[in-house]
Amino acid sequence: QKYYHYVHLFLQVEQVRLLDRFSNKSVHGTLYLTATHLIFILHHHIASVEKLSLTTSGCPLVIQCRNFRVVHFVIQRERDCHDVYSSLLRLLRPVCYEELYAFSYNPKQNDQQREEGWQLIDLGAEFERMGVPCDQWQLTDVNRDYKVCETYPRDLYVPVTASKPIIVGSSKFRSKGRFPVLTYFYQEKKAAVCRCSQPLSGFSARCLEDESMLQAISKANHNSRFLYVMDTRPKLNALANRAAGKGYENEDNYSNIRFQFVGIENIHVMRSSLQKLLEVTGTRSLSMSDYLVGLESSGWLRHIKAIVDAAVFLTRAVTVEGASVLVHCSDGWDRTAQVCALGALLMDPYYRTIKGFMVLIEKDWISFGHKFADRCDQLDGDPKEVSPIFTQFLECVWQLTEQFPQAFEFSEWFLLQIHEHVHSCQYGNFLGNNQRQREELQLRERTHSLWAFLMSEKRNHLNPFYSPAYSEAHPVLEPSTLPYHFKFWRSMYHQFDRSMHPRQSILKTILTLKENSRKAESTLQALESVSTLLHIPPATSRLPHSGSEEDEQEEVGEEATESTDTERTVEGSSGTESRKQSYGELEGTYNSDLVKEEPAVVSLEFGVARMTC
Amino acid sequence: MEFAEHIKTANVEDVVLRQPLQPPSRGTLCITGHHLLFSDREESDSRQVLLLLRNIDAIEKRMSGSSGTITMKCKDLRVLQLDIPGMEQCLNIAHSIETLSCLDCVSAMYPFFYRPVDLSLPEQWGLSSPEMHYSQMKELYEKWRLSTVNRDYSVCPSYPPAVIVPKSIDDDTLKKAAKFRQGGRFPVLCYYHKKNGMVIMRSSQPLLGANRKRCKEDELLLQAVIEGSDKGYIIDTRSMQQAQQARMTGGGFESKSFYDRWKRFHRQMERGKALQESLIKLVEACGDESNNMDRWLSKLENSKWLSHVQNALSTAGLLVECVERDGHSVLVHGSEGTDCSLLISTLAQLIMDPCCRTMEGFLGLLEREWIQARHPFQQRCAHSAYSHARLQQESPVFLLLLDCVWQLWRQFPLALGFSEALLLRLATEVYASDYGTFLCNSDQERCALEVKERTHCLFRALLRPTERDYYSNPLYERTELAIWPSVHPQSLQLWKGYFLRWTQQVRHLEEAQEEIRNMVIEWGKLARS
Repeated sequence: QKYYHYVHLFLQVEQVRLLDRFSNKSVHGTLYLTATHLIFILHHHIASVEKLSLTTSGCPLVIQCRNFRVVHFVIQRERDCHDVYSSLLRLLRPVCYEELYAFSYNPKQNDQQREEGWQLIDLGAEFERMGVPCDQWQLTDVNRDYKVCETYPRDLYVPVTASKPIIVGSSKFRSKGRFPVLTYFYQEKKAAVCRCSQPLSGFSARCLEDESMLQAISKANHNSRFLYVMDTRPKLNALANRAAGKGYENEDNYSNIRFQFVGIENIHVMRSSLQKLLEVTGTRSLSMSDYLVGLESSGWLRHIKAIVDAAVFLTRAVTVEGASVLVHCSDGWDRTAQVCALGALLMDPYYRTIKGFMVLIEKDWISFGHKFADRCDQLDGDPKEVSPIFTQFLECVWQLTEQFPQAFEFSEWFLLQIHEHVHSCQYGNFLGNNQRQREELQLRERTHSLWAFLMSEKRNHLNPFYSPAYSEAHPVLEPSTLPYHFKFWRSMYHQFDRSMHPRQSILKTILTLKENSRKAESTLQALESVSTLLHIPPATSRLPHSGSEEDEQEEVGEEATESTDTERTVEGSSGTESRKQSYGELEGTYNSDLVKEEPAVVSLEFGVARMTC
Repeated sequence: MEFAEHIKTANVEDVVLRQPLQPPSRGTLCITGHHLLFSDREESDSRQVLLLLRNIDAIEKRMSGSSGTITMKCKDLRVLQLDIPGMEQCLNIAHSIETLSCLDCVSAMYPFFYRPVDLSLPEQWGLSSPEMHYSQMKELYEKWRLSTVNRDYSVCPSYPPAVIVPKSIDDDTLKKAAKFRQGGRFPVLCYYHKKNGMVIMRSSQPLLGANRKRCKEDELLLQAVIEGSDKGYIIDTRSMQQAQQARMTGGGFESKSFYDRWKRFHRQMERGKALQESLIKLVEACGDESNNMDRWLSKLENSKWLSHVQNALSTAGLLVECVERDGHSVLVHGSEGTDCSLLISTLAQLIMDPCCRTMEGFLGLLEREWIQARHPFQQRCAHSAYSHARLQQESPVFLLLLDCVWQLWRQFPLALGFSEALLLRLATEVYASDYGTFLCNSDQERCALEVKERTHCLFRALLRPTERDYYSNPLYERTELAIWPSVHPQSLQLWKGYFLRWTQQVRHLEEAQEEIRNMVIEWGKLARS
């Protein structure tokens, strides 16, 4: 409780019960409300608060978080409950960016460290790594002042043959001015992945500059006579857009393009799909049939598969056919970002490393203007703009890590951490909708970078099965997109419902073993060097024993010495929560001993640690 | 039995074999009484495929011109294809496979001919016997005894000659109680929980019939089980309605009035034909690559296989709750007591008892529950998911057990001493094997056919050092605690290692498993040096 000195308390309510959503368990505790946290819950994680009707035991308060945590409190007095409820409603709706946690978060770093953190990812260097600029592609300064496209970054790469008038002309023919630019260059075949928004073609409009732009992209690749244009929308949606003066490329007007629809649904469909999914999986005592039927009717995995399918198409076109591809959707910041980023991940082993994955997100999502603020509801905005587009991307990556256990340097914990912080607004990286806005907010000066934090935690995010040799042998991944290879991502959508997860973690065990063996190795080396000096035969060194023996416990997997740095265990077990599941008819007898060993609020430490900051 | 009469063409040259995950190869095909042998003609890196004909579940032949194609669907879910030149040869081969793959005569089956050079027929068949098991359990001596009332299989043909029963019950009482239970399967001890002295008993349904007969001896026997305790639980693996209906055909359940200290739970578990159909539907869904996401999920749901997995684990969980948490003894039965009862008693023991979670312990458990206490393997595993034959007694109860054990392993990857590979091996062997372990329907049949003298035992073979190394779990860490599985649907998964075994993606997962083993061994060496 020592941390509470540092924060200003809004509210404190005693004798609150916290219910487990899938069992009858509950714990008692005190609820604290501060400017940025509700006990352990960061306000910004909270997606909705709901007051249910009064029951005999108290007034229930259900809080749904953006990291898919659902917390169910029972507060004894209705007045307290209402106070908490109304305070939360007020706190949940920041009206300006400055109210967000990132602006008050201070991890005790000096300005230099902060600056270094921001310099960790350098997109200029990334394009250099890809081999750009080169004889066919160049950096253009046309968007230096965000004049041509305010949602694009300043630095853009275009074909050398695309002159400024062509660029400007093309941008006028594209929705929101998002003209075709390079996002990934596949050096081996000199094939480019470009991205843009839909053309303002309507039923018949043409734009010569835009046609030249595509021509220039096509010509920049000598390996292929044509350019693929991937419209990631369902054809019907694209057709409908024509009535609004937008639409898609007419193959007759563009020479040497091959046009393709791939049929990923729009943000509204995705939002309601996730809603349905969560409704199903949030049901108590869910039967297997209802679960599978719900999984199907939510359509969620169908959408995930559609995105991976599109990425596979893109990857084949580039790596097998050696063709360049132009990807767009409507505005080119949702589906386009998903497909371009996922495609690059399949094509380039670098993006499957921890650093590379940060670069990929920085490039295709942050710099190219995925509207994080709108999609993640950072400020009190239009609920119709909110959509789990980035979550879907992370899930697609996870599905791939499941198919290729040796191909990724990071484990799912890394993906979950990123997801957590996209919503926590604790770091500046994802604030705002585009680079221009971020510069105006002076995020680099006023907030910290998530990437530096994740880098410092790298050890926790490693995938012990990662094999650089595997990546060398399989630089391009060819995932199967047969439906049975897609699974429900339990660690994401039930991250905090611990009773659902495996009680023992292979990942964690292997990481510990690896660490121990590393230590043993160095001990051994040290011993050997000493013994050579002293001319004695090498002594036997025992493996340093890590962790303490398990205490007398009734259940497996409750490691008593869970690291105190409040790391969340995803696959593994929690430090405190026990698994007391009930299988049916037997009741009463042991419910009493179920409750007694539960400590006060389980995840308190985690949040408290954050509150110190 | 002369196999030769079924083999008109023994050798064919220039055959193309197509199998999953490998490029097609051309070579010679050879049919023997028990095997299909294919060897390709590559000088270097020559490959051979030796397939037990018994493993073939269904074949389809297609003729085109002067050649034909035979598609063989195996019980281990592999699908192989042979392109054979010459119509007659092709028809002959197809005929041989069809006939030889489903011969009924047990003593003509391969285990009776399997004589590996490095292995002589064992002096002891199996890992243990009821007698040995009893003698090792000193805790039992005070209240339990070993009865040989069934020494000539006359009381219960499906029980082994020796069974463990309460000490206070004499053999005459047992004989009378046996008459009151279907197939003579009177309640016997199957597990003793050392922590609290509570037990799991197993039996078949009582034969109440429509006029609600009662049997004093049966009541006495059960009474003796819970002596010194306030009550016991009965888990009936049928729904209340099914159990009531069973009375019409002479069966029934223990009524409250005659067994007043027993509390009964009904848990409907799928068995028999319905379970076999579930497997067929699931395998069909896994084999159809044209499915889109919605169709796949709908087929997966429709197969109900995962519901059966969930149901089995949750019933076993209930059983463990009764014994471990609630501290009471439990009697488990359904109707015959040879399928679902074994399934949940086996799972319950795995959950509760660390001794059953080592490789030796697990195989011993299977031997006690499934071989000695008799699961009719011959009938249940005659065919698998591809067969077009009319369903008779087939039912993949044992496969369901293996799937549930796999789910346990997924949730507690350190707690089991064996790996997924062992489960896969068992899933294959149960349908087609070199060993005699899964032959016949009961101990009695096994004795009559001299299975124990004339065949090798799979369980003993699996415990030889090289095999044991291969099938052990490198991460195994013994824990004394119960391993309570989560039965939320979100916690259970399709057993890809089995159902999608022959896909590239599962190979990747296997490689990763292999990688774990190598790493752990490597670190072990390092630690020892």
